[in-house]
Amino acid sequence: MINNSLIQLKPNEKAIIGEIVNCGSARKRLYELGLNKGAKVTMVKNDIGPVILNLYGHKLALGRGLASKIIVG
Amino acid sequence: MNTIALVGNPNSGKTTLFNALTGSNQHVGNWPGVTVEKKEGKVTHNDTEFNIVDLPGTYSLGAYSEDEVVARDFILKDNPDVVINVVDATNLERGMYLTTQLLEMGTKIILVLNMMDEAKAKNIEIDIKKLSKNLGVPVVATVASKRKGLDMLLEESISYINKEANQRSIKSYGDYMDKEILHIENILEGSNFDYPKKWLAIKLLEGDMDVLNYIEKNVQKDNFERIKNITGKSQDFELEIVDKRYEFVGEIISSSVVKPEVEKVTLTDKVDKIITNKFLGLPIFAIIMFFIFQITFVIGSDLLGGYVATAIEMFGEFVLNLLEGLNAPELLTSFLVEGIIGGVGAVFEFIPLIVVLYFFLGILEDTGYMARAAYIMDGIMRALGLHGKTFISMIVGFGCNVPGVMAARTLENKKDRMIAILINPFMSCGARLPIYLVFIAAFFPDNGGVVLFTLYVLGIITALILGKIFSKTLFKGESSYFIMELPPYRLPSFRVVIRDMWDKVWDFIHRAGTIIFVVISLLWVLSILPLGVEPYSQESILGRIGTFLAPIFVPAGFGTWQATVSLFAGIAAKEAVVAILGMVYAGVSEGSQLTLALQSVFTPLTAISFMVMTLFYTPCAAVLATVKSETGSSKWAIFIALYPFVLGWIASVIIYQVGTLLGF
Repeated sequence: MINNSLIQLKPNEKAIIGEIVNCGSARKRLYELGLNKGAKVTMVKNDIGPVILNLYGHKLALGRGLASKIIVG
Repeated sequence: MNTIALVGNPNSGKTTLFNALTGSNQHVGNWPGVTVEKKEGKVTHNDTEFNIVDLPGTYSLGAYSEDEVVARDFILKDNPDVVINVVDATNLERGMYLTTQLLEMGTKIILVLNMMDEAKAKNIEIDIKKLSKNLGVPVVATVASKRKGLDMLLEESISYINKEANQRSIKSYGDYMDKEILHIENILEGSNFDYPKKWLAIKLLEGDMDVLNYIEKNVQKDNFERIKNITGKSQDFELEIVDKRYEFVGEIISSSVVKPEVEKVTLTDKVDKIITNKFLGLPIFAIIMFFIFQITFVIGSDLLGGYVATAIEMFGEFVLNLLEGLNAPELLTSFLVEGIIGGVGAVFEFIPLIVVLYFFLGILEDTGYMARAAYIMDGIMRALGLHGKTFISMIVGFGCNVPGVMAARTLENKKDRMIAILINPFMSCGARLPIYLVFIAAFFPDNGGVVLFTLYVLGIITALILGKIFSKTLFKGESSYFIMELPPYRLPSFRVVIRDMWDKVWDFIHRAGTIIFVVISLLWVLSILPLGVEPYSQESILGRIGTFLAPIFVPAGFGTWQATVSLFAGIAAKEAVVAILGMVYAGVSEGSQLTLALQSVFTPLTAISFMVMTLFYTPCAAVLATVKSETGSSKWAIFIALYPFVLGWIASVIIYQVGTLLGF
């Protein structure tokens, strides 16, 4: 369990994206959606189901499994 | 003629722009070899004619999905005169990532900043002249949904096609990467490719499997090994290239775009608080769906479908009288009235349902709710090893399984898509509803709602269980992650919704209509042959097929030739089940006489057994054909013809046998 991943963010908490680990071809897709290293995100919703992020003022939903593989700083 | 290709992210308004440009002058088909829709259209501006190709909406031009490969192959192999890159003006950071890839390809591009009205509303200031200067490409602002900026775009296209391009691109990917790119370019030197060499080198370093396979086929073995040694050095090449692209985008827009520091809390945020709420999300979704289906079946199927049915019936009678007046041969009359008009009628009666369903689904899509629906369902679906979007295709399947199977296209992962296709037929389609209604009227007039509800739920549960089984057995592979953009809510554009609806309805008529028509006509032929027999009697070929197969259904309690024939006809089209039951039992296609006839040959138990069989067994010919075209293989079409039949048979046998034991 990574203890500084996206999944630990509370709603309205801001973070900067770091490494993305162990998720195969999804990693590149995330980069291409703007979740590359250094991108600023704000957690919008994190209770049940996928998390919702605010990225550049737009909303992106990510499965919880995936969110736990995205390290944030 | 000049060719323009439209490229852009999903939700960038690219297709809206395409429709606004081409109007009704367009053609929808498929890209060869893949199940990706191809849209082409023509537009003439100032005596210049353009052929516009709407490439699939993508976030990138890699090989993540068939869509991306189709888009980049078109740009690089078909060499359009200019590529119009549509970007959501409120989200340049994301949208222009694709722009950098187009610039890498060296193709002539025009950047379109669409949805400029929304950008203004969000106080995003874009200096178009500066942006254009920074990129070295023409930049045009549009509001496609309001048809603004279209003339300007076409004028810019005409002048840019005839101009020398001086586009900027990423100069350096960092010293180390530049060296590796050059290294690969040198290895590729001396061979001819369909793609530019530098682009190939970048793609190889990005780890693009599609390009790697292409190179393997087109270079000598030792050179291929050398390339693989370079690309295999690091897993981080792809990250570095992506980073450089974002850096480039950041540099370009930093001096031309000003975004407000603090973002307003938008209406979308407020609405989403309720719509995606962990307690309210599901009930709201259920209520919306309930109303859509209520309206679809009451207005689409019963009311409008009823009018169409009456009109066709009247037309049939008119033709019948006309021909009888002319003393036409009985066979010809029967062929025209029952074979042809009956066949066309079966298709047309179903169209109002499809129209209404698509209208409402279109509104959900256009407002942005559909993405939320997938989001809301993902939690539950995930527990079953399925993707949230699978549920959307299941819902569409309630109307008709043909578009239900088609809707699986939105799933990017092959495994998810195959499962969504294979479980869709268990969603009880609109054409099966009349079968239940006839039996309910005959046996369960007081508990109709409960019986109907139970059947639908049984279908859903079966689909979900099978989905889980398939994901554990047939399609192991990489389970896909849920990644989905939630676009801002918008008021639906009536024009867009209607246009989309007609596109899909035509596609349905084209796909399913022809098949339903042919098989219904064929059934009629089987019912009157050999010549001279009483039509729809046991002596007809149809009756003989029924008699021959009937023993199969004895353990299920409905082993009569009549019931068997109607099920057989249901494989042609589910609409035919009730019609055939009527013809073989009562000599009429529906009504109270049929109810009486059914009461005399079925019992409540065999009625349930029969309904469960019709819920489960082999989907209709139109669905089988769609499964074949969507999976690209007859194997899956055969699979989906057989396993539901076996499942249905087992279920109905259990129901009948257990029910008999319990004394029902």
